[in-house]
Amino acid sequence: MNGPDGHVNGPGESVNGPDERVNAQVPLLSATGVRKSFGRVEVLKGVDLTVYPGQVVCLLGPSGSGKSTFLRCVNHLERIDAGEIWVDGHLVGYRRAGGKKYEMRPREVADQRRDIGMVFQRFNLFPHRTALENVMEAPRHVLGQPRDAVRQAALDLLRRVGLAERADHYPAQLSGGQQQRVAIARALAMRPRLMLFDEPTSALDPELVGEVLDVMKDLAGAGMTMVVVTHEIGFAREAADHVVFMDDGTIVEAGRPTELIANPQHPRTKAFLAKVL
Amino acid sequence: MTAVQEHVTEPIVPLRRPGRWVAGAVLAVLAAMAVSFVLTTPALRPDLVAGYLFEKSIMRGLLLTVELTALAMLAGLVLGTALAIMRLSENPLLRGVAAAYVWLFRGTPILVQLLFWFFLGAVMPRVSLGVPFGPEFFSAPVNALITPFTAAILGLGLNEAAYMAEIVRAGIGSVDRGQREAAEALGMRPALVYRRVILPQAARVIVPPTANETISMLKLTSLVLVIGLPDLLTSAQLIYGRNFQQIPLLIVASIWYLVLTTLLTFIQSRLERRLGRSDVQVGGHA
Repeated sequence: MNGPDGHVNGPGESVNGPDERVNAQVPLLSATGVRKSFGRVEVLKGVDLTVYPGQVVCLLGPSGSGKSTFLRCVNHLERIDAGEIWVDGHLVGYRRAGGKKYEMRPREVADQRRDIGMVFQRFNLFPHRTALENVMEAPRHVLGQPRDAVRQAALDLLRRVGLAERADHYPAQLSGGQQQRVAIARALAMRPRLMLFDEPTSALDPELVGEVLDVMKDLAGAGMTMVVVTHEIGFAREAADHVVFMDDGTIVEAGRPTELIANPQHPRTKAFLAKVL
Repeated sequence: MTAVQEHVTEPIVPLRRPGRWVAGAVLAVLAAMAVSFVLTTPALRPDLVAGYLFEKSIMRGLLLTVELTALAMLAGLVLGTALAIMRLSENPLLRGVAAAYVWLFRGTPILVQLLFWFFLGAVMPRVSLGVPFGPEFFSAPVNALITPFTAAILGLGLNEAAYMAEIVRAGIGSVDRGQREAAEALGMRPALVYRRVILPQAARVIVPPTANETISMLKLTSLVLVIGLPDLLTSAQLIYGRNFQQIPLLIVASIWYLVLTTLLTFIQSRLERRLGRSDVQVGGHA
Protein backbone atom coordinates (compact mmCIF):
# COMPACT_ATOMS: atom_id res chain seq x y z
CA MET A 1 0.00 0.00 0.00
CA ASN A 2 2.81 2.39 0.77
CA GLY A 3 5.18 0.99 -1.78
CA PRO A 4 6.25 3.35 -4.53
CA ASP A 5 4.08 1.63 -7.10
CA GLY A 6 1.30 0.46 -4.84
CA HIS A 7 -1.10 3.31 -5.29
CA VAL A 8 -3.41 4.63 -7.94
CA ASN A 9 -2.04 8.13 -7.77
CA GLY A 10 1.54 8.24 -8.87
CA PRO A 11 3.49 11.44 -8.47
CA GLY A 12 3.04 12.27 -12.17
CA GLU A 13 -0.72 12.48 -11.94
CA SER A 14 -0.74 15.08 -9.21
CA VAL A 15 0.52 17.65 -11.72
CA ASN A 16 -3.03 17.91 -13.00
CA GLY A 17 -4.12 19.11 -9.58
CA PRO A 18 -6.37 17.36 -7.13
CA ASP A 19 -9.71 18.30 -8.59
CA GLU A 20 -9.88 15.71 -11.36
CA ARG A 21 -9.08 12.96 -8.87
CA VAL A 22 -11.52 14.34 -6.34
CA ASN A 23 -14.58 13.70 -8.44
CA ALA A 24 -13.51 10.24 -9.42
CA GLN A 25 -13.08 8.84 -5.93
CA VAL A 26 -14.61 8.19 -2.58
CA PRO A 27 -13.01 10.25 0.21
CA LEU A 28 -10.59 8.44 2.52
CA LEU A 29 -11.20 10.93 5.33
CA SER A 30 -14.41 12.84 5.72
CA ALA A 31 -15.06 15.05 8.74
CA THR A 32 -18.33 16.91 9.19
CA GLY A 33 -19.21 19.49 11.84
CA VAL A 34 -16.56 18.31 14.28
CA ARG A 35 -16.82 20.04 17.65
CA LYS A 36 -14.63 19.59 20.70
CA SER A 37 -14.41 21.39 24.03
CA PHE A 38 -11.88 21.14 26.83
CA GLY A 39 -13.88 22.14 29.88
CA ARG A 40 -15.62 25.37 28.94
CA VAL A 41 -13.24 26.23 26.11
CA GLU A 42 -14.49 25.17 22.70
CA VAL A 43 -11.39 24.43 20.61
CA LEU A 44 -13.16 23.03 17.53
CA LYS A 45 -16.27 24.87 16.41
CA GLY A 46 -17.55 22.77 13.55
CA VAL A 47 -14.73 21.60 11.28
CA ASP A 48 -15.42 20.04 7.86
CA LEU A 49 -12.64 18.39 5.91
CA THR A 50 -12.51 15.91 3.06
CA VAL A 51 -9.35 14.11 2.02
CA TYR A 52 -9.20 11.86 -1.05
CA PRO A 53 -6.85 8.91 -1.47
CA GLY A 54 -3.35 10.04 -2.40
CA GLN A 55 -3.92 13.63 -1.34
CA VAL A 56 -1.52 15.53 0.90
CA VAL A 57 -3.37 18.08 3.01
CA CYS A 58 -1.55 20.60 5.18
CA LEU A 59 -3.26 22.26 8.13
CA LEU A 60 -1.79 25.69 8.83
CA GLY A 61 -2.69 28.20 11.47
CA PRO A 62 -1.54 29.93 14.65
CA SER A 63 -0.92 28.05 17.91
CA GLY A 64 -4.18 27.23 19.67
CA SER A 65 -6.19 27.32 16.45
CA GLY A 66 -7.28 23.70 17.01
CA LYS A 67 -5.37 22.05 14.17
CA SER A 68 -3.52 19.55 16.37
CA THR A 69 -6.68 18.77 18.32
CA PHE A 70 -8.51 18.09 15.07
CA LEU A 71 -5.76 15.76 13.93
CA ARG A 72 -5.94 13.86 17.23
CA CYS A 73 -9.69 13.51 16.81
CA VAL A 74 -9.15 11.71 13.49
CA ASN A 75 -7.73 8.66 15.26
CA HIS A 76 -9.84 9.17 18.36
CA LEU A 77 -7.01 10.16 20.68
CA GLU A 78 -9.51 12.90 21.56
CA ARG A 79 -13.23 12.22 21.84
CA ILE A 80 -15.39 14.57 19.75
CA ASP A 81 -18.46 16.26 21.21
CA ALA A 82 -20.44 16.65 17.98
CA GLY A 83 -20.22 15.89 14.28
CA GLU A 84 -18.65 12.80 12.81
CA ILE A 85 -15.43 11.57 11.24
CA TRP A 86 -15.28 8.78 8.67
CA VAL A 87 -12.01 7.13 7.73
CA ASP A 88 -11.93 4.53 4.99
CA GLY A 89 -15.63 3.77 5.34
CA HIS A 90 -15.59 3.48 9.15
CA LEU A 91 -17.16 5.90 11.60
CA VAL A 92 -14.31 6.77 13.99
CA GLY A 93 -14.97 5.81 17.61
CA TYR A 94 -18.68 5.01 17.34
CA ARG A 95 -21.01 2.29 16.10
CA ARG A 96 -24.30 3.30 14.47
CA ALA A 97 -27.37 1.26 15.35
CA GLY A 98 -31.07 2.12 15.52
CA GLY A 99 -30.60 5.81 14.83
CA LYS A 100 -27.98 6.26 17.57
CA LYS A 101 -24.20 6.29 17.82
CA TYR A 102 -22.79 4.02 20.50
CA GLU A 103 -19.35 4.76 21.89
CA MET A 104 -16.90 1.94 21.16
CA ARG A 105 -14.89 0.01 23.74
CA PRO A 106 -11.21 1.00 24.01
CA ARG A 107 -10.13 -2.26 22.33
CA GLU A 108 -12.45 -1.62 19.37
CA VAL A 109 -11.06 1.89 18.99
CA ALA A 110 -7.57 0.36 19.09
CA ASP A 111 -8.45 -2.01 16.24
CA GLN A 112 -9.75 0.93 14.18
CA ARG A 113 -6.48 2.82 14.59
CA ARG A 114 -4.43 0.11 12.88
CA ASP A 115 -5.03 1.67 9.45
CA ILE A 116 -4.11 5.19 10.58
CA GLY A 117 -0.47 6.04 11.19
CA MET A 118 0.51 8.95 13.41
CA VAL A 119 3.73 10.88 13.85
CA PHE A 120 4.08 13.11 16.90
CA GLN A 121 5.82 16.39 17.54
CA ARG A 122 7.97 14.84 20.27
CA PHE A 123 8.60 11.56 18.36
CA ASN A 124 7.43 9.38 21.29
CA LEU A 125 9.67 6.49 20.33
CA PHE A 126 9.74 3.69 22.89
CA PRO A 127 13.01 4.51 24.71
CA HIS A 128 13.52 0.95 26.00
CA ARG A 129 13.62 -0.52 22.49
CA THR A 130 16.08 -0.09 19.65
CA ALA A 131 15.15 1.63 16.39
CA LEU A 132 14.50 -1.74 14.79
CA GLU A 133 12.44 -2.98 17.75
CA ASN A 134 10.39 0.22 17.64
CA VAL A 135 9.50 -0.43 14.01
CA MET A 136 8.82 -4.13 14.64
CA GLU A 137 6.69 -3.60 17.73
CA ALA A 138 3.23 -3.11 16.22
CA PRO A 139 3.34 -5.66 13.37
CA ARG A 140 4.72 -8.23 15.84
CA HIS A 141 2.44 -7.62 18.79
CA VAL A 142 -0.67 -6.00 17.33
CA LEU A 143 -0.92 -8.05 14.15
CA GLY A 144 1.03 -11.08 15.43
CA GLN A 145 2.99 -11.44 12.19
CA PRO A 146 5.99 -13.83 12.10
CA ARG A 147 9.24 -12.42 13.45
CA ASP A 148 11.46 -12.92 10.43
CA ALA A 149 9.07 -11.30 7.95
CA VAL A 150 8.48 -8.38 10.31
CA ARG A 151 12.21 -7.93 10.84
CA GLN A 152 12.87 -7.86 7.11
CA ALA A 153 10.07 -5.38 6.48
CA ALA A 154 11.31 -3.19 9.36
CA LEU A 155 14.86 -3.16 8.00
CA ASP A 156 13.48 -2.18 4.59
CA LEU A 157 11.56 0.69 6.18
CA LEU A 158 14.62 1.88 8.08
CA ARG A 159 16.56 1.78 4.83
CA ARG A 160 13.81 3.81 3.20
CA VAL A 161 14.17 6.56 5.84
CA GLY A 162 17.97 6.33 5.52
CA LEU A 163 18.67 4.72 8.90
CA ALA A 164 19.51 1.10 8.13
CA GLU A 165 22.86 1.40 9.88
CA ARG A 166 21.20 2.79 13.02
CA ALA A 167 18.87 -0.21 13.46
CA ASP A 168 20.41 -1.33 16.74
CA HIS A 169 20.65 2.11 18.32
CA TYR A 170 18.37 3.15 21.16
CA PRO A 171 16.41 6.40 20.70
CA ALA A 172 18.66 8.17 23.25
CA GLN A 173 21.58 7.47 20.91
CA LEU A 174 19.91 9.12 17.90
CA SER A 175 19.55 12.79 16.94
CA GLY A 176 16.08 14.35 16.90
CA GLY A 177 15.87 14.12 13.13
CA GLN A 178 16.87 10.47 13.18
CA GLN A 179 14.34 9.73 15.93
CA GLN A 180 11.57 11.33 13.91
CA ARG A 181 12.53 9.32 10.83
CA VAL A 182 12.39 6.12 12.93
CA ALA A 183 8.97 7.28 14.19
CA ILE A 184 7.78 7.63 10.58
CA ALA A 185 9.08 4.14 9.79
CA ARG A 186 7.32 2.81 12.91
CA ALA A 187 4.00 4.26 11.74
CA LEU A 188 4.50 2.94 8.18
CA ALA A 189 5.15 -0.57 9.52
CA MET A 190 1.41 -1.02 10.05
CA ARG A 191 0.85 -0.29 6.32
CA PRO A 192 -1.61 2.51 7.09
CA ARG A 193 -4.10 3.92 4.57
CA LEU A 194 -3.73 7.36 6.11
CA MET A 195 -0.80 9.10 7.80
CA LEU A 196 -1.27 11.90 10.33
CA PHE A 197 1.65 14.21 11.13
CA ASP A 198 1.34 16.44 14.20
CA GLU A 199 3.94 19.22 13.81
CA PRO A 200 6.62 16.64 12.97
CA THR A 201 9.47 19.17 12.74
CA SER A 202 8.56 21.63 15.51
CA ALA A 203 10.77 19.96 18.15
CA LEU A 204 13.82 19.72 15.88
CA ASP A 205 16.94 21.83 15.66
CA PRO A 206 16.76 23.89 12.45
CA GLU A 207 19.50 21.93 10.68
CA LEU A 208 17.61 18.64 11.21
CA VAL A 209 14.26 19.77 9.78
CA GLY A 210 15.25 19.10 6.18
CA GLU A 211 15.97 15.37 6.57
CA VAL A 212 12.52 14.75 8.04
CA LEU A 213 10.74 16.84 5.40
CA ASP A 214 12.64 14.93 2.69
CA VAL A 215 11.29 11.63 4.00
CA MET A 216 7.78 13.10 4.06
CA LYS A 217 8.13 14.38 0.51
CA ASP A 218 9.23 10.92 -0.65
CA LEU A 219 6.20 9.47 1.05
CA ALA A 220 3.89 12.02 -0.58
CA GLY A 221 5.50 11.28 -3.94
CA ALA A 222 4.83 7.58 -3.44
CA GLY A 223 1.11 8.28 -3.17
CA MET A 224 0.54 8.12 0.59
CA THR A 225 -2.53 9.98 1.84
CA MET A 226 -1.29 12.46 4.42
CA VAL A 227 -2.74 15.08 6.74
CA VAL A 228 0.06 17.29 8.07
CA VAL A 229 -0.18 19.90 10.79
CA THR A 230 2.85 22.10 10.21
CA HIS A 231 4.43 25.50 10.41
CA GLU A 232 6.67 24.73 7.43
CA ILE A 233 5.09 26.88 4.73
CA GLY A 234 7.76 25.76 2.29
CA PHE A 235 6.77 22.13 2.71
CA ALA A 236 3.09 22.99 2.27
CA ARG A 237 3.83 24.90 -0.92
CA GLU A 238 6.00 22.11 -2.32
CA ALA A 239 4.29 18.89 -1.25
CA ALA A 240 0.65 19.65 -0.47
CA ASP A 241 -2.28 19.23 -2.86
CA HIS A 242 -4.55 21.15 -0.57
CA VAL A 243 -3.89 23.64 2.19
CA VAL A 244 -6.31 24.46 4.99
CA PHE A 245 -5.93 27.51 7.17
CA MET A 246 -7.45 27.23 10.63
CA ASP A 247 -7.98 29.86 13.27
CA ASP A 248 -9.94 29.84 16.51
CA GLY A 249 -11.42 26.38 15.97
CA THR A 250 -12.74 26.88 12.46
CA ILE A 251 -11.46 26.54 8.90
CA VAL A 252 -11.01 30.09 7.68
CA GLU A 253 -9.81 29.39 4.18
CA ALA A 254 -8.73 26.44 2.05
CA GLY A 255 -7.39 25.88 -1.42
CA ARG A 256 -4.45 24.95 -3.60
CA PRO A 257 -1.16 25.78 -1.89
CA THR A 258 0.12 28.10 -4.62
CA GLU A 259 -3.08 30.16 -4.58
CA LEU A 260 -3.70 30.23 -0.84
CA ILE A 261 -0.13 31.01 0.16
CA ALA A 262 0.59 33.53 -2.61
CA ASN A 263 -2.80 35.18 -2.58
CA PRO A 264 -4.71 34.72 0.70
CA GLN A 265 -8.20 36.19 0.76
CA HIS A 266 -9.14 36.24 4.42
CA PRO A 267 -7.55 38.94 6.64
CA ARG A 268 -6.63 36.35 9.33
CA THR A 269 -4.82 34.19 6.76
CA LYS A 270 -3.03 37.27 5.48
CA ALA A 271 -1.98 38.27 9.00
CA PHE A 272 -0.69 34.77 9.78
CA LEU A 273 1.23 34.36 6.53
CA ALA A 274 2.74 37.82 6.87
CA LYS A 275 4.19 36.72 10.21
CA VAL A 276 5.60 33.34 9.18
CA LEU A 277 6.82 34.05 5.65
CA MET B 1 58.33 36.03 24.62
CA THR B 2 60.66 33.45 26.07
CA ALA B 3 59.16 34.01 29.54
CA VAL B 4 55.69 33.08 28.27
CA GLN B 5 57.01 29.90 26.71
CA GLU B 6 58.58 28.92 30.01
CA HIS B 7 55.14 29.24 31.67
CA VAL B 8 53.64 26.95 29.05
CA THR B 9 55.92 24.07 29.97
CA GLU B 10 55.55 24.39 33.76
CA PRO B 11 54.22 21.12 35.29
CA ILE B 12 50.68 20.95 36.73
CA VAL B 13 50.37 19.84 40.38
CA PRO B 14 47.05 18.13 41.19
CA LEU B 15 45.09 19.42 44.19
CA ARG B 16 46.43 17.85 47.39
CA ARG B 17 43.84 16.26 49.70
CA PRO B 18 45.46 15.84 53.14
CA GLY B 19 42.02 15.37 54.76
CA ARG B 20 41.69 11.99 53.09
CA TRP B 21 44.91 10.76 54.62
CA VAL B 22 43.88 11.91 58.07
CA ALA B 23 40.43 10.30 57.75
CA GLY B 24 42.02 7.11 56.41
CA ALA B 25 44.35 6.91 59.38
CA VAL B 26 41.51 7.43 61.87
CA LEU B 27 39.42 4.71 60.18
CA ALA B 28 42.37 2.31 60.18
CA VAL B 29 42.82 2.77 63.93
CA LEU B 30 39.07 2.23 64.54
CA ALA B 31 39.08 -0.90 62.38
CA ALA B 32 42.09 -2.27 64.25
CA MET B 33 40.30 -1.63 67.56
CA ALA B 34 37.20 -3.44 66.32
CA VAL B 35 39.19 -6.45 65.14
CA SER B 36 41.13 -6.58 68.39
CA PHE B 37 37.84 -6.39 70.36
CA VAL B 38 36.42 -9.33 68.41
CA LEU B 39 39.60 -11.38 68.79
CA THR B 40 40.19 -10.65 72.48
CA THR B 41 36.62 -10.91 73.78
CA PRO B 42 35.90 -14.52 74.66
CA ALA B 43 32.25 -13.65 75.50
CA LEU B 44 31.55 -13.29 71.78
CA ARG B 45 32.26 -17.02 71.52
CA PRO B 46 33.38 -17.31 67.89
CA ASP B 47 33.41 -21.06 68.42
CA LEU B 48 29.66 -21.00 69.17
CA VAL B 49 28.99 -18.69 66.19
CA ALA B 50 30.79 -21.11 63.90
CA GLY B 51 29.11 -24.10 65.51
CA TYR B 52 25.56 -22.77 65.21
CA LEU B 53 25.96 -21.15 61.79
CA PHE B 54 24.85 -24.31 59.98
CA GLU B 55 22.86 -25.84 62.84
CA LYS B 56 19.71 -27.70 61.71
CA SER B 57 17.04 -25.45 63.27
CA ILE B 58 18.90 -22.33 62.09
CA MET B 59 18.90 -23.79 58.54
CA ARG B 60 15.15 -24.54 58.77
CA GLY B 61 14.54 -20.99 60.01
CA LEU B 62 16.63 -19.57 57.18
CA LEU B 63 14.63 -21.56 54.64
CA LEU B 64 11.33 -20.36 56.14
CA THR B 65 12.53 -16.74 56.08
CA VAL B 66 13.48 -17.05 52.41
CA GLU B 67 10.17 -18.74 51.54
CA LEU B 68 8.07 -16.18 53.39
CA THR B 69 9.98 -13.26 51.86
CA ALA B 70 9.72 -14.63 48.32
CA LEU B 71 6.03 -15.53 48.50
CA ALA B 72 4.98 -12.36 50.34
CA MET B 73 6.88 -10.18 47.84
CA LEU B 74 5.44 -12.08 44.90
CA ALA B 75 1.92 -11.64 46.25
CA GLY B 76 2.68 -8.00 47.02
CA LEU B 77 4.07 -7.30 43.56
CA VAL B 78 1.23 -8.95 41.62
CA LEU B 79 -1.58 -7.59 43.76
CA GLY B 80 0.16 -4.22 44.11
CA THR B 81 0.46 -3.85 40.31
CA ALA B 82 -3.22 -4.72 39.92
CA LEU B 83 -4.11 -2.16 42.60
CA ALA B 84 -1.95 0.50 40.93
CA ILE B 85 -3.64 -0.05 37.56
CA MET B 86 -7.05 0.06 39.29
CA ARG B 87 -6.06 3.27 41.02
CA LEU B 88 -5.22 4.86 37.65
CA SER B 89 -8.31 3.49 35.89
CA GLU B 90 -11.13 5.64 34.53
CA ASN B 91 -13.61 3.55 36.48
CA PRO B 92 -14.43 5.41 39.75
CA LEU B 93 -15.44 2.15 41.49
CA LEU B 94 -12.08 0.51 40.80
CA ARG B 95 -10.27 3.68 41.88
CA GLY B 96 -12.26 3.79 45.10
CA VAL B 97 -11.70 0.12 45.94
CA ALA B 98 -7.94 0.43 45.38
CA ALA B 99 -7.72 3.60 47.46
CA ALA B 100 -9.71 1.98 50.29
CA TYR B 101 -7.46 -1.09 50.20
CA VAL B 102 -4.29 0.97 50.49
CA TRP B 103 -5.84 3.08 53.25
CA LEU B 104 -6.82 0.00 55.29
CA PHE B 105 -3.69 -2.11 54.89
CA ARG B 106 -1.21 0.74 55.25
CA GLY B 107 -3.15 2.20 58.11
CA THR B 108 -3.16 -0.76 60.52
CA PRO B 109 -0.11 -2.39 62.16
CA ILE B 110 1.20 -5.43 60.35
CA LEU B 111 1.30 -7.29 63.65
CA VAL B 112 -2.47 -6.81 63.95
CA GLN B 113 -2.98 -8.03 60.38
CA LEU B 114 -0.91 -11.19 61.00
CA LEU B 115 -2.85 -12.00 64.17
CA PHE B 116 -6.15 -11.19 62.44
CA TRP B 117 -5.57 -13.78 59.69
CA PHE B 118 -4.31 -16.27 62.23
CA PHE B 119 -7.38 -15.90 64.45
CA LEU B 120 -9.85 -15.51 61.57
CA GLY B 121 -11.40 -18.86 62.51
CA ALA B 122 -12.54 -17.38 65.81
CA VAL B 123 -14.85 -14.83 64.13
CA MET B 124 -15.61 -16.74 60.94
CA PRO B 125 -15.62 -20.48 61.70
CA ARG B 126 -16.44 -21.64 58.17
CA VAL B 127 -15.97 -20.28 54.65
CA SER B 128 -18.24 -21.40 51.87
CA LEU B 129 -18.64 -20.84 48.16
CA GLY B 130 -22.16 -20.42 46.83
CA VAL B 131 -24.92 -17.98 45.93
CA PRO B 132 -25.07 -15.16 48.51
CA PHE B 133 -28.00 -15.85 50.84
CA GLY B 134 -28.64 -18.96 48.70
CA PRO B 135 -27.36 -22.51 48.28
CA GLU B 136 -23.73 -23.46 49.04
CA PHE B 137 -21.52 -25.52 46.75
CA PHE B 138 -18.48 -25.80 48.97
CA SER B 139 -17.79 -25.21 52.62
CA ALA B 140 -14.76 -25.70 54.84
CA PRO B 141 -13.66 -24.76 58.35
CA VAL B 142 -11.39 -21.69 58.33
CA ASN B 143 -8.99 -23.26 60.80
CA ALA B 144 -8.27 -26.07 58.34
CA LEU B 145 -7.62 -23.62 55.48
CA ILE B 146 -5.55 -21.07 57.35
CA THR B 147 -2.44 -22.70 58.74
CA PRO B 148 0.15 -20.48 60.45
CA PHE B 149 2.06 -20.47 57.15
CA THR B 150 -0.91 -19.31 55.04
CA ALA B 151 -1.77 -16.74 57.71
CA ALA B 152 1.80 -15.44 57.48
CA ILE B 153 1.64 -15.20 53.66
CA LEU B 154 -1.75 -13.48 53.82
CA GLY B 155 -0.62 -11.05 56.50
CA LEU B 156 2.73 -10.15 54.96
CA GLY B 157 1.59 -10.32 51.30
CA LEU B 158 -1.62 -8.32 51.60
CA ASN B 159 0.18 -5.68 53.66
CA GLU B 160 3.04 -5.50 51.17
CA ALA B 161 0.55 -5.09 48.28
CA ALA B 162 -0.60 -1.79 49.75
CA TYR B 163 2.97 -0.44 49.73
CA MET B 164 3.79 -1.94 46.32
CA ALA B 165 0.63 -0.37 44.89
CA GLU B 166 2.00 3.07 45.71
CA ILE B 167 5.44 2.21 44.33
CA VAL B 168 4.02 0.86 41.06
CA ARG B 169 1.63 3.81 40.78
CA ALA B 170 4.55 6.23 41.04
CA GLY B 171 6.43 4.15 38.44
CA ILE B 172 3.54 4.24 35.98
CA GLY B 173 3.12 7.94 36.63
CA SER B 174 6.75 8.53 35.69
CA VAL B 175 6.19 7.25 32.13
CA ASP B 176 5.64 10.08 29.67
CA ARG B 177 2.03 10.53 28.48
CA GLY B 178 3.23 10.51 24.88
CA GLN B 179 4.28 6.86 25.27
CA ARG B 180 0.71 5.76 25.85
CA GLU B 181 -0.51 7.87 22.93
CA ALA B 182 2.15 6.49 20.59
CA ALA B 183 1.22 2.94 21.58
CA GLU B 184 -2.48 3.64 21.14
CA ALA B 185 -1.90 5.27 17.77
CA LEU B 186 -0.25 2.04 16.60
CA GLY B 187 -3.48 0.18 17.34
CA MET B 188 -2.40 -1.45 20.61
CA ARG B 189 -5.22 -2.54 22.87
CA PRO B 190 -5.13 -1.26 26.48
CA ALA B 191 -3.68 -4.47 27.99
CA LEU B 192 -0.92 -4.55 25.36
CA VAL B 193 -0.13 -0.87 25.98
CA TYR B 194 0.53 -1.69 29.64
CA ARG B 195 2.43 -4.91 29.00
CA ARG B 196 4.70 -3.76 26.18
CA VAL B 197 5.10 -0.02 26.72
CA ILE B 198 4.09 1.33 30.14
CA LEU B 199 5.18 -1.37 32.61
CA PRO B 200 8.64 -2.06 31.09
CA GLN B 201 9.44 1.65 31.39
CA ALA B 202 7.87 1.96 34.82
CA ALA B 203 10.07 -0.98 35.92
CA ARG B 204 13.14 1.24 35.99
CA VAL B 205 11.55 3.47 38.59
CA ILE B 206 9.95 0.54 40.44
CA VAL B 207 13.05 -1.65 40.91
CA PRO B 208 15.06 0.37 43.50
CA PRO B 209 12.20 0.87 45.99
CA THR B 210 11.06 -2.74 45.42
CA ALA B 211 14.53 -4.00 46.32
CA ASN B 212 14.25 -1.86 49.44
CA GLU B 213 10.90 -3.44 50.25
CA THR B 214 12.30 -6.95 49.72
CA ILE B 215 15.25 -6.36 52.02
CA SER B 216 12.94 -4.84 54.59
CA MET B 217 10.54 -7.80 54.21
CA LEU B 218 13.42 -10.17 54.91
CA LYS B 219 13.62 -8.82 58.43
CA LEU B 220 9.91 -8.12 58.80
CA THR B 221 9.22 -11.86 58.45
CA SER B 222 10.58 -12.31 61.99
CA LEU B 223 7.18 -10.98 63.16
CA VAL B 224 5.69 -14.40 62.36
CA LEU B 225 7.03 -15.32 65.79
CA VAL B 226 3.65 -14.13 67.12
CA ILE B 227 1.80 -16.85 65.23
CA GLY B 228 4.30 -19.52 66.22
CA LEU B 229 6.37 -19.88 63.07
CA PRO B 230 10.11 -20.47 63.60
CA ASP B 231 11.82 -18.15 61.10
CA LEU B 232 15.56 -17.40 61.19
CA LEU B 233 15.55 -14.89 64.06
CA THR B 234 12.97 -16.88 66.06
CA SER B 235 15.07 -20.05 65.71
CA ALA B 236 18.09 -18.19 67.06
CA GLN B 237 16.01 -16.84 69.94
CA LEU B 238 14.72 -20.33 70.76
CA ILE B 239 18.29 -21.57 71.05
CA TYR B 240 19.56 -18.74 73.25
CA GLY B 241 16.45 -19.17 75.37
CA ARG B 242 17.92 -22.51 76.33
CA ASN B 243 21.67 -21.79 76.50
CA PHE B 244 21.65 -18.02 77.33
CA GLN B 245 24.26 -17.30 74.61
CA GLN B 246 22.31 -14.31 73.23
CA ILE B 247 25.13 -12.42 71.50
CA PRO B 248 26.69 -15.37 69.58
CA LEU B 249 23.28 -16.50 68.30
CA LEU B 250 22.23 -13.00 67.31
CA ILE B 251 25.51 -12.80 65.40
CA VAL B 252 24.62 -16.08 63.65
CA ALA B 253 21.24 -14.67 62.58
CA SER B 254 22.83 -11.37 61.50
CA ILE B 255 25.41 -13.15 59.36
CA TRP B 256 22.63 -14.89 57.43
CA TYR B 257 20.59 -11.69 57.06
CA LEU B 258 23.71 -9.98 55.69
CA VAL B 259 24.34 -12.85 53.26
CA LEU B 260 20.76 -12.62 51.95
CA THR B 261 20.88 -8.82 51.74
CA THR B 262 24.15 -8.97 49.83
CA LEU B 263 22.61 -11.42 47.37
CA LEU B 264 19.53 -9.20 46.91
CA THR B 265 21.67 -6.11 46.42
CA PHE B 266 23.62 -7.95 43.73
CA ILE B 267 20.40 -8.94 41.95
CA GLN B 268 19.16 -5.35 42.26
CA SER B 269 22.23 -3.86 40.61
CA ARG B 270 22.11 -6.47 37.81
CA LEU B 271 18.44 -5.61 37.18
CA GLU B 272 19.12 -1.89 37.21
CA ARG B 273 21.95 -2.27 34.74
CA ARG B 274 19.77 -4.39 32.46
CA LEU B 275 16.89 -1.91 32.54
CA GLY B 276 19.28 1.02 32.03
CA ARG B 277 20.74 -0.51 28.87
CA SER B 278 18.92 1.92 26.58
CA ASP B 279 20.67 4.91 28.22
CA VAL B 280 24.16 3.80 27.31
CA GLN B 281 25.74 6.10 24.78
CA VAL B 282 27.41 4.43 21.85
CA GLY B 283 31.16 4.96 22.05
CA GLY B 284 32.94 5.95 18.85
CA HIS B 285 29.80 6.62 16.82
CA ALA B 286 29.04 10.08 15.60
